[in-house]
Amino acid sequence: MIMLTLILVLLIGGAVSWWSERFGSNTPRLCALAIVVADLIYLLVATSSLSTEPFAIGASAPTWLLSYQLDWIPRFGISLHLAMDGLSLILITLTLVLGAIAIISSWNEKNQRQGFFQANILWTLAGVVGVFLAVDLFLFFLFWEVMLVPMYLLIAIWGHEGRAYASMKFFIFTQLSGLLMLVAILLLAKLHHSATGVYSFSYFELLNLDIDSNTAYWLMLGFFIAFVVKLPSFPFHTWLPDAHTQAPTAGSVILAGILLKTGAYGLIRFTVPLFPNAALEFAPIAMTLGVAGIIYGAVMAFSQSDFKRLVAYSSVSHMGFVLLGVFAWNALALQGAVMQMVAHGFSTAALFMIAGALQQRLHTRDMNKMGGLWHHMPRMGAVALFFALASLGLPGLGNFVAEFLVLVGLFAVSPWTTAVAALGLITAAIYSLIMMQKAFYGQPSSEFEVDDFAILDMAAMGVMIIALIGLGLYPQPVFDLVQPVIDALLAATMGGAL
Amino acid sequence: MDGLAIPLNHVLIVATLLFITGLAGLMFRRNVIFILMALEVMLNSAGLAFVAAGTAWQQADGQVIFMLILAVAAAEVSVGLGLVLQIQRRFRTLDMDRATRLNS
Amino acid sequence: MLNYVWLIPLLPFISSVLLILTAGRLPRKLIAVFGAGSVGLAALLVFAIGLQFMQTQTPYSVQLWTWMDIGDFTPGFSFYIDQLSIVMMSIITGVGFLIHLYSTEFMQHDSDYSRYFAYMNMFVAAMLILVMADNLLLLYLGWEGVGVCSYLLVGFWYKDAANGAASRKAFIVTRIGDTAMALGLFLLFTELRTLQIQPMLEAANNTWAIGDIMPAIAALLLLGGALGKSAQLPLHTWLPDAMAGPTPVSALIHAATMVTAGVYLIARTHGLFLLAPDVLMLVAIIGLATLLIAAFAALNQTDIKRILAYSTISQIGYMFLALGVGAWSASIFHLMTHAFFKALLFLAAGAVIHCLHHQHNIFKMGGLRGKLPIVFWSFLIGSAALAALPFTSGFFSKDQILLSAFEMHGPATSFASNIGLNFNLGPWLWAGGLLGALLTAIYSFRLVFIVFFGESHTEPDKQPGWRMATPLALLCVMSLIGGWFALPLANVFPPSAEHHVSYLIEGISIAIPLIGVLLAWLIYYKKINSFSFFTDSSNGQALRRFWKSGWAIDRLYNSVLVSPYIAIANAMRGEWLDKIYHGVVSICVGSHQLLSNSQSGKIRWYLISMVFGLIVLVSILGWAN
Repeated sequence: MIMLTLILVLLIGGAVSWWSERFGSNTPRLCALAIVVADLIYLLVATSSLSTEPFAIGASAPTWLLSYQLDWIPRFGISLHLAMDGLSLILITLTLVLGAIAIISSWNEKNQRQGFFQANILWTLAGVVGVFLAVDLFLFFLFWEVMLVPMYLLIAIWGHEGRAYASMKFFIFTQLSGLLMLVAILLLAKLHHSATGVYSFSYFELLNLDIDSNTAYWLMLGFFIAFVVKLPSFPFHTWLPDAHTQAPTAGSVILAGILLKTGAYGLIRFTVPLFPNAALEFAPIAMTLGVAGIIYGAVMAFSQSDFKRLVAYSSVSHMGFVLLGVFAWNALALQGAVMQMVAHGFSTAALFMIAGALQQRLHTRDMNKMGGLWHHMPRMGAVALFFALASLGLPGLGNFVAEFLVLVGLFAVSPWTTAVAALGLITAAIYSLIMMQKAFYGQPSSEFEVDDFAILDMAAMGVMIIALIGLGLYPQPVFDLVQPVIDALLAATMGGAL
Repeated sequence: MDGLAIPLNHVLIVATLLFITGLAGLMFRRNVIFILMALEVMLNSAGLAFVAAGTAWQQADGQVIFMLILAVAAAEVSVGLGLVLQIQRRFRTLDMDRATRLNS
Repeated sequence: MLNYVWLIPLLPFISSVLLILTAGRLPRKLIAVFGAGSVGLAALLVFAIGLQFMQTQTPYSVQLWTWMDIGDFTPGFSFYIDQLSIVMMSIITGVGFLIHLYSTEFMQHDSDYSRYFAYMNMFVAAMLILVMADNLLLLYLGWEGVGVCSYLLVGFWYKDAANGAASRKAFIVTRIGDTAMALGLFLLFTELRTLQIQPMLEAANNTWAIGDIMPAIAALLLLGGALGKSAQLPLHTWLPDAMAGPTPVSALIHAATMVTAGVYLIARTHGLFLLAPDVLMLVAIIGLATLLIAAFAALNQTDIKRILAYSTISQIGYMFLALGVGAWSASIFHLMTHAFFKALLFLAAGAVIHCLHHQHNIFKMGGLRGKLPIVFWSFLIGSAALAALPFTSGFFSKDQILLSAFEMHGPATSFASNIGLNFNLGPWLWAGGLLGALLTAIYSFRLVFIVFFGESHTEPDKQPGWRMATPLALLCVMSLIGGWFALPLANVFPPSAEHHVSYLIEGISIAIPLIGVLLAWLIYYKKINSFSFFTDSSNGQALRRFWKSGWAIDRLYNSVLVSPYIAIANAMRGEWLDKIYHGVVSICVGSHQLLSNSQSGKIRWYLISMVFGLIVLVSILGWAN
C-alpha cells in the first residue's frame, strides 16, 4: 500500500497542482513542491519504520523490503505487482529529492501555463517511481510509457528554440526502443505459456524460465537496446544533447538526473538477471560501447560551445561508466554503477541548473559569449567550480567513489578495457576545466550586470553539495542498502555472467 | 412457370456487359453527372442479374433484392445529386479530375 | 598526543571551509588569523606529536572511519604515522606556516584575500592527508586534492586567460600521471587484495619475486603518477607555466611540498620498487636526464620565477636519482633541505617582485644588493644552499646523493643485461650529477649577480615588512643549518651502506660547485665571457633559444597531442552519428513521398486502381484454386 500511495500521490498531485492554477500562477509550483516533499517524507518515514525483515518473493533471494500485489488481468497473468528493495529505495529517494530540486529550479523561469507544467513534472516523477517499483513486466512497460509522454510535453511545450525537433527526436528514439522491449516482454510471456501453460508477466516467474540460448540472446538485445537508448549509450545517444539543450531547466534536471537512471536500473534489474548467459556472451560488446561512450562523450563535450550541450555530452561520458559497471558484473563494479547513478544525478542536475540560471540571466547558452562571470557572480562560480570538479571525478566526492569502484571492478575482468576507460579521467578534466574557463574565468565584461544566486538557489545547491560530499566521504549507507541486492543478483546469475 | 424463353446464361452475360459498360463509364468519364449515370447502370445490371437468378430458381428473393436496389439507387441518386450541387458550387466545375482535395 | 593526530589536517580544512562559507565577508585581519593561524596550530601540533613520537619510535595508525566496505575492498579513512610521515608533516606545516605568514603581507592588497587563504589552507589539508594516509586510496585523495588546489591557485588571478591556460595545463598534465597511478592502484588491488600500504608491501614481498613482471608494471604505473606530480620527464612541462600563480603559491606548492609528493610516493612504496630493479634503474635515469635538461633550461631563462621553476625540476631530478640508486633517506633529506632553500628563494624572489612593481625579468633588475638587504642576504644564502656550497644544508644532502650514485653497483637487473647494459652505471650517474651541480651553481649565481649586483634598472618602491622578513630570516637559518640534522629515517628504509669513496671523489664533489660559482662570477659579474664566440654565433643563439624553450618539448607536445586532440574534437563537433539517423529519416521521408504520390485525390484514379487490384486478387484466387 505504501508504494501505491507513493505513486498515486504524485499522479493525483499533478492534477491538483494543475487545478490549483486558478488561485494564481504561483500556487501550482508551491503545491507541486509541497506534494513532492510530502511524498519524500512519507517515503522516508514509511521505510524507516518497517517492522519486517527483508523477505523473499517467489524464488528470489530475501532482499525485498516491501511487496504489494493486486490482480489486474489474471487471464494473462498480469498483476499490479510492486516491490521495493534497497536498490529501488535509493533510486526513488534520489527521484523525489531531485524532483523537488527540479521544481525549485523552475522558480525563476517565467513559464506559461504553470499548472500544466508542474503537472507534467509530477506525472513524470510518478512514472519514474513506478518504473523503479514495478516487478510485473507489463506494469513496468506501462510506467515506462507514462514517464515518457509528460517528458515529451515538457520539452515540446516549454522548450527552447529548437524544441519541436528535439522533442520529436526524444520521443521517437525512446518509443521505438520501448517497442522492442514490448516485443521482448510479450515473447517472454508467450514462452512462459508454452513452458507451463499459463501466461505470466511476473518478474519472479520469468526469472526462472528456461530459454534456449539463441532466443535468449535476441530477447536480451530487445531489453538491452531499450535501456541503453535511455541510458544513453554510444551510439544511441544522439537524442540526448538535443533534448537536454532544448528542455526547460526543470526538464533537463529531471531528464539527466532521473530519467537516464531508469535505463541503468533496467539493465541491472532485468537485462542481466533475466538472461545471464546471453548477457555474458554480449558483455564484451557492451563494454566496448561503454568505453566508446566515455571517450566519445568527453571529446564531444570538449568541442561544444553550448553550455547545456557540453553538460549533456558529459552525461553520455558518465553513463558509459554505468554500462561498464553493469557488464563487469561483480560486486565492486555494480556498487560503482549504482553510486554513479546517484552521484551523477546530483552533479549533472546541478550543472543543468547553473546552465538554466545562466541562460535566464544572459539569454544565451553560448560560452563564447560568456567569460569573467566569476567576477559578477562569485557564488554561482564557486558552485559551478564544485560541480565541475565533481564531474571530473575529484576524490572525496561521490563521482570519484563511483568511477573508482567501476574501474577497479572492471580491472579484474578486463584490464585493457579499464586502461582505455581510464583515459576518460583525463578527458573529463579537459572538458570540465574548459567549461569553467570559458564561462567563469577570463576578463569580466561590463555587459553582464547580473544577479548572483539567491538564497533559494543556494539552498538547492547546498543540498546537492552536501549530498555529493557525503557520498564521497561516507558512501557506506548506500553500499549497505544495495549490497544484499547485488549479492542476490550475483548469486542468482552465478554460472552465468562471471 | 415454364418455358423461360431466354437461358439464364444469356441474361447474365447481358448483365455483365451492362456492368462493364457502367464500370467503364465510371472509370473513363470525368463529368460527375455521367459518373452518377454509370453508377445507375451498374446498379441496374446487378438488379437484372438478381431478377434473372430469382426467375431461374423460382424464388421471390431476386425480385425483393431488386426492390431494395431500387431504393438504394434512389437514395444514392439523391445524395449523389446533392454532392453534384456542392461540387458545382465549390469547384465551379463538374470535372472530377479537378476536384482533388483528398490529395491533402 | 598521538590520538589527536587527525586534528592536524582538520585544522586547516576547517579554516578553509569557514573562509569559503563566509566568502570574504570577514575582516582582513581575521582572515589572516584563520588562514595562517590554523596552519601554525597544526605546525605546533606536529611538533608536539613529533616529540612524543621520537620517544616511542613505533609506527602509529588510527582509523577514523571505514570509507568503503565492499567484500574485501575496505579502504578506511585512516592515518599511518611513522618517521617518514612526521618528517613530511613537519615540512608541510612548518614551511607552510612561514609561507602563510608571508602571504598575509604579500597578498594584502588583493581583493580576493579570503579566497586565497581558503585555497591555501585546503592545499595544506590535502597535502597532510597525502603524507598521512595509511592506504593508497586515501593517498590518492590527497594526491588529487593537492592537484586541484594547485590548479585553483595557479589560476588564482582568473581574469587573465593566460593564467587559466597555465592552470589547466598543470592540472591536465598531472592528471595524465594520476591516471597511470590509478591504474597502478587497480592492479595492486586486483593482485594483492589490499590497498593498505604496509600490508600491501608485505603481500607484494610474499607474492612476487625480485624481477617479476607484475611488480614492475605496478611500479611503472605508480612511477607515472610520481612523474606527473613531481614534474619529471616527460611530464615536467607544466611546472614552468605554473609560475603564473602568486609567488607564495609557487614557494609552497611548486617548490616545497606538492612537487615532492612523487618522491614521497616512491619512498613510501619502496618495498614495491625494490621488487622491480629495472624500474628503479629507470627512476635513476629519468632523474638524471631531468636534472640535466632542466639545468640547461634554467641557465637560459630571463624570468626570475621560471629560473627557479626549472631549478626545482632539476633538484627533484636529484631526488629521483637518489631514489633510483636506493638512497632513500638521502632523497628525503634532499627533499627537506630543498624545501627550505627553495621556499626561501621563491619567497625572496617574491619580495623582489613585490617591491619592483611585479617585475619578473631579471635583466630589468640589478643592483638591488644595497636597496633590499634582507632580500639580498636571503637570496644569497638560498643560492648557496641550492648550489651546494660547503656547510650549507644543500651541500650535505646533495653530497649524499652523489656519493650514493657513485657507489651504486649495477645495473644488476636482468633486463639491463639483456639489452647489453653490462657496465657499471654508478660512476656515470655520479658524473652526470656533478655536471648538474656545476650548472646549478652557475645558474643560481647568475641570478644573484644579475639581480643584486651591477647597475640598477628599476627602483624598489617599498621594503618588505615584518611578516615577510620573519619567514625569510627563519628560512635562512634553516637553509644554513638544515643539513646538520640527521633524519630519523633508519626504521623506515632498509639500511644503506656506509660510504667508502676515496677522498678524491669527495674532493671533486665539493670543488665542482665552487668552480661553478667562480664561473658565474667571471661571466656575469666580471663580464669576462670566453664563450661569447660560441654563444653569440647563430648556432649558439639557436641552441640558447632551444634551451630557453625548455628543449622545445612544449612545442612537441602541442603539435603531437594538443593540436590533434582539438582538431579531432572540432571535426566531430556536429555529431556525425546524427548523419546516420538522419539518413534513416530521409529514407522514411522519401518513401512517404513516393507513396503519397499515389494518393492523387482523383476519384477516377482510385477507382481504376481498385478495379485493377480486384482483378489481380480475383485472378490470384482463381489461379490458386
